[in-house]
Amino acid sequence: MRMNIHFKNRVACIGAGLTLFRRRLFETPRELAWEAAKQALENAGMELKDIDCVVFGSAPDAFDGIHMQGEYMVDGAGGYKKPFTRVYVGGGTGVFSVIAGWWHVASGLCDKVLVVAEEKMSPALPHPQYVFHHIFDPITDKPLGVNLIWIFALEMHRYMYKYNIKKEDIALVSVKNKRNALDHPAAQLGAKITVEDVLNSEVLVWPVQRLDISPVSDGAGALILTSEEYAKQYTDTPVWIDGVGWNLDTTYWTNRDLAFPKYLYYAGKMAYKMAGIHNPRKEIDVAEVYDPFDYKELHHMEGLQLARKGEAPILTREGVTERDGDLPINPSGGLLGVGNPIAAAGIMKVAEIFWQLRKEAGKRQVAKDPTTGLAQAWGDLMQIGTVVVMRV
Amino acid sequence: MDKNVKLPGTPYSSDDFKKGKIPYVEDVPKARYTWSAGIAMSRFLEELKNGRIIARKCHECGRVYVPPRMFCSYCFRPTDEWVYVKDTGRVNTAVVSYIGADRGKLGEPLVVAVIELDGASEGMGILHKLGNVDPEDVKNRKVFNMRVKAVWKKPEEREGAITDILYFEPIE
Repeated sequence: MRMNIHFKNRVACIGAGLTLFRRRLFETPRELAWEAAKQALENAGMELKDIDCVVFGSAPDAFDGIHMQGEYMVDGAGGYKKPFTRVYVGGGTGVFSVIAGWWHVASGLCDKVLVVAEEKMSPALPHPQYVFHHIFDPITDKPLGVNLIWIFALEMHRYMYKYNIKKEDIALVSVKNKRNALDHPAAQLGAKITVEDVLNSEVLVWPVQRLDISPVSDGAGALILTSEEYAKQYTDTPVWIDGVGWNLDTTYWTNRDLAFPKYLYYAGKMAYKMAGIHNPRKEIDVAEVYDPFDYKELHHMEGLQLARKGEAPILTREGVTERDGDLPINPSGGLLGVGNPIAAAGIMKVAEIFWQLRKEAGKRQVAKDPTTGLAQAWGDLMQIGTVVVMRV
Repeated sequence: MDKNVKLPGTPYSSDDFKKGKIPYVEDVPKARYTWSAGIAMSRFLEELKNGRIIARKCHECGRVYVPPRMFCSYCFRPTDEWVYVKDTGRVNTAVVSYIGADRGKLGEPLVVAVIELDGASEGMGILHKLGNVDPEDVKNRKVFNMRVKAVWKKPEEREGAITDILYFEPIE
C-alpha cells in the first residue's frame, strides 16, 4: 500500500478519563459519556469551549436498543453544536474512534478533538449475547442457530490445532490479565485465579470456557487529542500518536485463514510504516492488544508481529508478557480483567498506553522504561484490526 | 491513573432491578424483516432444494466462491460462471456447543464446524453442523481434516434454505 506519511500536524494525546466498568451501571449512556468526557477535559486542563470537534464511538445500537445512538449521544459526549462524528466498526470501534480523532487533527481540519466512547450492554434481555445473533448472515448462518461464541471457538480451535497449542497455555493469559486488573481503578473482574480455575470453569463452546471470556459490561472512556502547537500549551508531557492503521476482511468469515489474522497484520504494517517501526518485537515496549477472549491476546500478538506465528503462547509461558517482562502485554488487565464495554474498552486500552508512557500507571506501571507503546482493537465479524502506535 | 482513584459510575445488581429498586422503562421492539436473497443466493437456495451446492467462479483469479457471489472480492469484477461443488469435504475446524443462540443451555451438545467443500477454492469453507461425531473426537482434535458428507432432508421436505442440509457426517 502506498501511503502519505507526511501530515500537516503531529497529533498528541494530552488527557484521558474513564468511568467504572461494571456489569450494570445505573447512569444512562449520556450520563456515562458526560462523566468520562468531563474527566478527560479536566485531566487536560481544558473546558468544552476549547474543543473544536468531537468524535464518538459505540458498538451495535441493538445493545442499548437506541437506534441513532450517535445522535442520541451528542450532548452527553460534548458534541452539542459542534462538528460531531460517530464511528462504528464493532469491537474495533474504541481504537477506531481514536484513529478518527487523529485524522481530524493530522489533516489540519481541527486542533483540539474530544474522543468519547460509551457502551451499555446491560439493557438487552434475556442476555446481551442474543443481540450478537443478529450480526450474522441471515441466509447462510442465522438459520443454524449461530452465536458469537461458536465462531470464536471455531477460530480458537483452528489456531490451537495449527500450532499445537495447549489450553493450559492459553489460560495463562486469563490468569495474568485478571491479576493485572486488581490494580486498575475501573476494573470489574480483577481476581487471583489459577490455570485450574479456568480449565474447571463452565464449558460454553469447547474449547471456550467461561473464564476464557471477558464479561458483559457498561462503561465509558474519553481522550483529548491536539495538534503539536496546542499540546505544548497545555502540557509538558504529551504522548504522541505516531502511527495509525486499520484494515477490514470480509464478513464471509468461513472463507478466511482462521489461524492468522491477516487483516490485523496489514493494519499493524500500516501503523508501523507511519511510525517508522521496522522491528515491532524490539521497538514496541508495551502493548494493549484486544483480549475479549484469552486466545485473542495471543492471536493478536502474532498478527501484530509482536511474536512469530505460534510463538505467543511460549512468550506468555516464559513470563515475557508480564508487567516485569521484556514485552508487557495488557498491563491494565485488559478486557478479561477490567471489563468489556465494547467501544469504551478500546479507549481504556489507549488510555493505559497514555498512562504507561507518562509513567502515571501507579501499581500497574511496567518495570521497563517504556517510550513506545501500541494499542489495538478488533471486531465486526472477526474482520477488523485497528491499531495506534504511541510515543513519548 | 493509580488504582486508588475513585471513578464515577453507580453499579447495581439484577436483583435490584427485579425488586423494583431501580426506576426503569421497558419496551419490546416488534420489528420483522424480509431479506430478499439477491441474485447469487437465490440460485444457491434453489439448488439446495435440488440437493446440490452451487458456486460462482472467477476466471481472472480462478477462485470458486461458496457461498456464491456475483462479483469477485479480490478482482472486483463480475464472476463468470456457475459451477457445482460436491456435498463432500473436509473439516477445517470444529467445536462442541453447550449453549444456544440466546446463551441458554442446550439439552444435547451440538458439534458445529467450518467445512471446506470439494471443488471450492482452498480455504473457502461454510458453517454447518456435524452429526454422528463424538464430542470427544472434537476435544482430542481427531475431527480436524475429517472427511465428511452432507445429510440432506428428504426432497419433499426441502424449502430452499441452508437447513435443507441437516448436517454433515463422517464418510466411512
